[in-house]
Amino acid sequence: MTTTHPTTTGPTTPPTDSLAAERRRQKAEDADQHNRRADGTLRPWYSTLIARIVMIALSALFLLPMYWMIASSLKSNEELAKFPPTLLPQSWEFGNYVKALTAMPFLQFFSNSAIITISVVILSVVANFIVAYGFSCIEWPGRDKVFYVVIATLFLPFPVTLIPMFDMWARLGLVNTLFPLILPSMFGSAFYVFLLRQFLLQIPKDMLNAARVDGASEWKILWKLVFPTARPALTTVAIFAAVGAWNDFMGPLIYLQDQKVQTLSIGLQTFRSVNAQDVSFNQLMAASFLVILPLLVLFFIFQRYFIRGITIGGFK
Amino acid sequence: MSATDVDGARAAGTGAPARSTTTLPRASGEKRGMSLTNRRNLKLGLLFISPWIIGVAIFIVYPVTYSIGLSFTRYSGMAAPTWVGLQNYITAFSDPLVAKATGNTLFYAIIAVPLGLLVALTLAIAMNQNVREVAWYRTIFYAPSLIPAFAMSFIFIVFLNPQFGVFNQVIGLFGGANVNLLGDPTGVKIAIILMAQFGAGNAALIFLAGLRNVPKTVYEAARVDGAGPIRQFFSITFPLLTPVLLFNLITGVSGALQVFTEAFVITNGSGDPDGGALFYMMYLYKNAFGFAELGYASALAVLLFLTGLALALLIFWLSRRFVNYDVDAA
Repeated sequence: MTTTHPTTTGPTTPPTDSLAAERRRQKAEDADQHNRRADGTLRPWYSTLIARIVMIALSALFLLPMYWMIASSLKSNEELAKFPPTLLPQSWEFGNYVKALTAMPFLQFFSNSAIITISVVILSVVANFIVAYGFSCIEWPGRDKVFYVVIATLFLPFPVTLIPMFDMWARLGLVNTLFPLILPSMFGSAFYVFLLRQFLLQIPKDMLNAARVDGASEWKILWKLVFPTARPALTTVAIFAAVGAWNDFMGPLIYLQDQKVQTLSIGLQTFRSVNAQDVSFNQLMAASFLVILPLLVLFFIFQRYFIRGITIGGFK
Repeated sequence: MSATDVDGARAAGTGAPARSTTTLPRASGEKRGMSLTNRRNLKLGLLFISPWIIGVAIFIVYPVTYSIGLSFTRYSGMAAPTWVGLQNYITAFSDPLVAKATGNTLFYAIIAVPLGLLVALTLAIAMNQNVREVAWYRTIFYAPSLIPAFAMSFIFIVFLNPQFGVFNQVIGLFGGANVNLLGDPTGVKIAIILMAQFGAGNAALIFLAGLRNVPKTVYEAARVDGAGPIRQFFSITFPLLTPVLLFNLITGVSGALQVFTEAFVITNGSGDPDGGALFYMMYLYKNAFGFAELGYASALAVLLFLTGLALALLIFWLSRRFVNYDVDAA
């Protein structure tokens, strides 16, 4: 945490001031990226040449899976089996996407995934925000020691809870419903609490205390004062929760056997294993790309939150 | 009041034991003569974290205890569990498939964890370069981490196809013969290890956070003293990155012990060829949900839990020698 400390700012400081230092740092970094040294002199053009070559090569490698997925999804079956493989589809078979959508209950899978993801995102943001507030904005004896327990649960291997949880949901009659995949996010998760707490600790204590003196309840401070400030961090949590829920495989594999409730991840795998003999990979690639597409859109819209979410709190 | 708060925050964030001992007397002193505000804050604090407390009780304390209990029983999920004592553990230690699954998982962990750290660190350094288009590189390096494991597995199945996969074309360019990587017990593990490297983006972001925490002034001072980029990396960057390295190492090891989805999708749940992709979690899953041996699977889960715990403690213990928490000292 290299940002300015709350004590150095006065009680009248606006809430966003703890982020001003962060913004200043960003600005300095931007200047740095325009090929200037700290003293403002220009670097020679070749100083970044080797780095750029390496990074472009790495980029090509990391774009390869996505590229191959899209290219394969647009090829015909015959072209897919051709050796050597073609880099670009010779005839663009957009029909593969139509076939993929109709060969399996894609929209059903999609809506199940969407219901789970949206519910998980809302519950995660609210629950983790409330819990993180309790771990950062209220000072109570023993708080930091209890927080060690949160950190410890971060490293708990989840398989040890797998069978009892299945047993519990089965007893409740909720296997083959979406609840086992949604309800746990009502209770917060160690990683998100950790992430949010790092951020909330930067909010000046004096500001919170001033509101308390004015008679505001903690609940009101949480939503009226802290929430607007914490929005970037909450967005990060929302994004991570969305990606996690959307991509989850093992949860749906265990809890959703009935096709009506299956999500995209497990639905696609079932589709492939049922049609193992004559599965057409162009349709599978098309369906997979449609699964990833919403995440890619989300990523491009909220890109800075993905990257800055982890870096902002000074992760240690 | 504020200053002690930051101490607490740092101690929690870094897990530095030295700091917590300094705050200990203060906390116990407060407890003896707890003021009215303190008592009120304690109630409020507990109220706000109550969702987490309930969550820990339902999703951690209860299942962990229940797992340990079940591991001493025979249980199919239908009839009541019957007590079998240590039988499940005795079976586990003589089960050749447990040995095979453990071997496969160790093979995976020993290669995938160090390789993953190396790839993530390389990506983080690339993401931290002072070039104008760095945002693009960050996007490109992170994007594959968004591809879910099952979809990545589909891509690799197409990629590595012995007849028409690109992989074989590249090998052919160098005069090699066609190989069916996914048809070979070792090859399939190598394929899964390589596949996992495309998901290094998350660990890379954590390394990136660590890189950005290193004050620029330290590098400037080093430059003035005549240290080159390589010397700067090993004398400044790497030592100051050790806390995040520790975090990534522990999450990496924990993830490696639980490798499942890629192997499940690639082998359609079988773990073949010749049990080469039968990882520990696959075998656990098969016992629990394929053979309805919930008691035996619980014993396997408890053994995995203990192994993970032992490794985490071992890494923490070893980390005292190499982890440097003095990032802020400069």
